[in-house]
Amino acid sequence: MSTTCWSCQPRRPVKHMLEWIRQLGRGGFEFFEKLGRGNLFLLKTLVGMPAVLARPHLLIVQLLSVGVLSFLIIAVSGLFVGMVLALQGYNTLVDFGAEESLGVVVSLSIVRELGPVVTALLFAGRAGSALTAEIGLMKATEQLSGMEMMAVDPIHRVIAPRFLAGFLAMPLLAAIFSAVGIYGGFFVGVGLLGVDDGAFWSQMQDKVDLYEDVLNGVIKSLVFGFVCAWIAVFEGYDATPTSEGVSRATTRTVVHSALAVLGLDFVLTALMFGDN
Amino acid sequence: MKQTKTTELLVGMFVAAGIAALFVLAMKVSNLSTFTQTDTYTVTAHFENIGGLKVRSPVTVGGVRVGRVSAIDYDTQRYEAVVSLELDQKYDNFPEDTSASIYTAGLLGEQYIGLEPGGSPDVLSDGAEIELTQSALIMEKLVSKFLFSKAAEGGQNVDAQ
Repeated sequence: MSTTCWSCQPRRPVKHMLEWIRQLGRGGFEFFEKLGRGNLFLLKTLVGMPAVLARPHLLIVQLLSVGVLSFLIIAVSGLFVGMVLALQGYNTLVDFGAEESLGVVVSLSIVRELGPVVTALLFAGRAGSALTAEIGLMKATEQLSGMEMMAVDPIHRVIAPRFLAGFLAMPLLAAIFSAVGIYGGFFVGVGLLGVDDGAFWSQMQDKVDLYEDVLNGVIKSLVFGFVCAWIAVFEGYDATPTSEGVSRATTRTVVHSALAVLGLDFVLTALMFGDN
Repeated sequence: MKQTKTTELLVGMFVAAGIAALFVLAMKVSNLSTFTQTDTYTVTAHFENIGGLKVRSPVTVGGVRVGRVSAIDYDTQRYEAVVSLELDQKYDNFPEDTSASIYTAGLLGEQYIGLEPGGSPDVLSDGAEIELTQSALIMEKLVSKFLFSKAAEGGQNVDAQ
């Protein structure tokens, strides 16, 4: 009977299965351990926030590398996303003779969804991975232990400023993405495709609500900024201190951030816009 | 030291750009610019059926927007929908016998309330009720009315033969 099992050793099926169950349990434990570590780490980071406010220079340096240096990729992506949306939207709307609504289509899809989500995905790839690699390498080269030796808490000095910078940069970047994207849609829609200038803006202003749409988009980007920054600094801090460990941590940052952002986006959208 | 100054300058510019973008979103894209926080007064109207009317739907007179729907409720005494209209204080001289109808903008557009001034010398004031109302047109009702009348015609023709 046991000979039908071709993947395991035919003579010891029971032992093999036990080993499999043991591994399952270990994997589960590791998962929950990591989740717990991550939350405790977040708590410590948040407790370390006053230390950052006492030394704003640390925050400003991180804002430069996380925010300012991500500006170009965010702005260019926003421009092209807006332009593509205008092109695609125009082709569909013109069949119904409703090309005047192009502004509404472009602005609502950017402000509500694409702005926060695409910014968060780009941010995880551009800034999150860099944060993880930097912190992971600091750990691998024992700079973090060195700080502890000098009685400097690396969480206060290294982690908290980076976390706060990521959290603050994301809504700003998302707002830039949205604004640039809408102007991209405007250039293509009004400049290239000949939609009426006044109708483009007035219909947009008529349909886009400040609280319902713009503010909810900002809330989304705040949540995404929090999650992306948390994942990035935690993966770096938690990385196995080897070159392989750091590379794996960097990969995990991008993958987990993307999954978290997309999953949370569904939840947030359902909460914000699901009731009508 | 020079390095620090450049960093601060770049970060400052970045933050300013972000806030400017938010400002653009608020002023140029959303309805903040049309959000005139002027004084308003509220009148109510009963409708048999409001169709797809929503809170914040526009209220117009002769195509000019004079206010918006501020609340929609159901009157269990009269079995009718109660719509509260928030009208701009600037337009405070509508006659008392003004009528309110629910129209649809375009074939598939959103629904809005159109007011038509009457001839009474008294004007609508805050808390007043618009007595003359006309419900929204429900497509199914129209179609069924049409079908029934056709069927009735058909029946008469059969009788005549």
